[in-house]
Amino acid sequence: MRRVSRIVVAGLATAALAFSATACGSSSESGSKDKGIGLAYDVGGRGDHSFNDSAAKGYDKAKKDFKIGGKELTAKDGDTDADRYDKLASLAEEGYNPVIGVGYAWTPSLSKAAKKYKDTDFAIVDSVVDLKNVASLVSAEHEGSYLAGVAAGLKTKTNKVGFIGGTDSSLIKKFAGGFQQGLKDTNPKAALNVQWVQVGSAKGFGMPDRGKDIADGMLSNKVDVIFSAAGGSGAGAIEATAKKKGTWSIGVDGDQYYDKGLAQYKHTIMTSMIKTVDGSVYDFIKSVAKDKKPESGIQSYDLKRGGVSLSYSGGFIDDIKPKIEAAKKKIIDGKIKVADTYKD
Amino acid sequence: MKKFDKERMLLAVAAPLLAIVSAFLLTALVLAATGKAPFEAFGVMFEYGVKSDSQVYILNKATTYYLAGLAVAIGFRMNLFNIGVDGQYRLGAFFGAAAGGAMGLPGLVQIPLIILVAMLVGAMWASIAGLLKVYRGVSEVISTIMLNSLAGILISYLLVDGRLGVLDKQTNIVATKALPESSHFFTIPAGGDLDPIWGFIVVAVLAGVGFWFLLGRTRFGFDLRAVGRSESAAEASGVNVKRMVLSSMLLSGAMAGLIGMPTVLNDTHQFTADFPVGVGFTGIAIALLGRNSPVGIALAALLWGFLERGANRLEFEGYDKEIVGVMQGVIVLCVVIAYELVRRYGLKRQQQKVGAELAAQAKAAKSDKQEVPA
Repeated sequence: MRRVSRIVVAGLATAALAFSATACGSSSESGSKDKGIGLAYDVGGRGDHSFNDSAAKGYDKAKKDFKIGGKELTAKDGDTDADRYDKLASLAEEGYNPVIGVGYAWTPSLSKAAKKYKDTDFAIVDSVVDLKNVASLVSAEHEGSYLAGVAAGLKTKTNKVGFIGGTDSSLIKKFAGGFQQGLKDTNPKAALNVQWVQVGSAKGFGMPDRGKDIADGMLSNKVDVIFSAAGGSGAGAIEATAKKKGTWSIGVDGDQYYDKGLAQYKHTIMTSMIKTVDGSVYDFIKSVAKDKKPESGIQSYDLKRGGVSLSYSGGFIDDIKPKIEAAKKKIIDGKIKVADTYKD
Repeated sequence: MKKFDKERMLLAVAAPLLAIVSAFLLTALVLAATGKAPFEAFGVMFEYGVKSDSQVYILNKATTYYLAGLAVAIGFRMNLFNIGVDGQYRLGAFFGAAAGGAMGLPGLVQIPLIILVAMLVGAMWASIAGLLKVYRGVSEVISTIMLNSLAGILISYLLVDGRLGVLDKQTNIVATKALPESSHFFTIPAGGDLDPIWGFIVVAVLAGVGFWFLLGRTRFGFDLRAVGRSESAAEASGVNVKRMVLSSMLLSGAMAGLIGMPTVLNDTHQFTADFPVGVGFTGIAIALLGRNSPVGIALAALLWGFLERGANRLEFEGYDKEIVGVMQGVIVLCVVIAYELVRRYGLKRQQQKVGAELAAQAKAAKSDKQEVPA
């Protein structure tokens, strides 16, 4: 008896599966027009004091300048490409144009969405999707980081410098590689200590407590300048350096000296390696919303174009400005080739 | 006797129902506390969740979750907490994808080979915890948690340009070499311009049937459940407990190796650094919700897929997307509590019934006795 009923249950379940597999019912697709900008953040989202916030800044400015609406969505940990595609497709489907994916993790899903929604203009930050209706907004992080390395090499007293990366992805290794080269070219005696917040997972961009722990460890080993390219985790490192006298932190992505959330530590933020994600996002939205001539193809934001730069906010590195500007010129002129990856 | 069975059936249905209803009520309270109309949110989720492209999404997602639930349930059935399913799954998927990218055999040979590699790697990784438990008495909870971290570190060591990874300089993505076209698993077209349903759902169903047969219809399964109920009793009746621990750990790990296969063979066709993390932990929740039964786990996996589909939409509609995370957590808690409540209630009912029967017997016996001398 028991056996039979179990088989019946199993059969029913299979039937239910088969029934839903025939995909009855209407599709979730429905369209309308021009709702403004669709922005999809990477894990961490608005409020990470870093990469995503930088994109948010460009988005906010564009919304105001061009008087258009917009919607923001955020990827979460464990999202598959199907989840990410769903977000982008929802935006395009509901009539948001342009649609922007912030971060290279959107590459496969954005490529799929751009193929389906041919009339929508897409952009991806930090990656390349080779389609006609996609602009790929890439930056030369290694060039900017080289300059940060120059500054660190000149400012360190202990000849020990730290680098904290959010994760050991190839993008973050671009920061680390440029930083290392700039440091060694300027101060061959300086030793570089490189650590990753979370190996192999983008979670490392949202762990300020871990960032603080790592920075504390470095500081107790006499490191006196720490550059973190770690999204929200970098805030922890900045906090740690602010608590130890005579040590400096280097911010990333935005000018973290002006970051309201970090205002109480700004006297120790020596400089920031600014990556103008806000600028590239703004430019792209402008090309769609105002100029009606959407950018497409690879839009490279390098040192020459002003896509990356070193900030002088606070005046902490004004004394070494000539040397930094000299290095900058050499890179722009092609006299220095900056490595775009880090090797142990 | 038959009536008693009916009551048991009722109790079995009552528990999950009670859990889900109370979970919805609690979530409604949370929603109300955030100042949003709760039932509208459920409306949004439901309306979106039954659309045809959502159905495809849910089935595909549930395929992965079902396998995760099964992998965890094998351990649960024998009182083993294999928290390491996540690490076993990622490592299995990684090596499966790497092996698949390196080979160029015809699909008919290569696909089973990829699956085999993934299952073997998963089983081997789980066996470390199994061996530690059997020979050194190390709790599998601790060792598997640590093995999860180690799996992550091992993957990121190997998933580097020049080792087992290939870096795409333009996109900044490091991945294993893509599988050749011939090694893509078949898909079931869903009609229209909808995405197809992953063919791996068939394998998942077969795995469920295999799970049911192995545990419910074989001596091995009986031994396994016996050990789960009471180790000492099983030992006394001649079951080799150590061997059972090891083999169920291996089995759980092999099943964990399967979890990543639908994604690798049907979707991404390669292992990237952002391959989904945490599916193994989701599997724990799903096994709990499904009460370790193959059908229950299937329903739980579908529910989970539905909730996640709804989460994407809720965010779009301006709700906090975390609300679905809260809902999932609350459901699991409610399930645990509801089952305990229903179990206690059932026990009480049983005791009352037995008590009543005994009392009736005693009374009958007494009246018999009284009749004899008369």
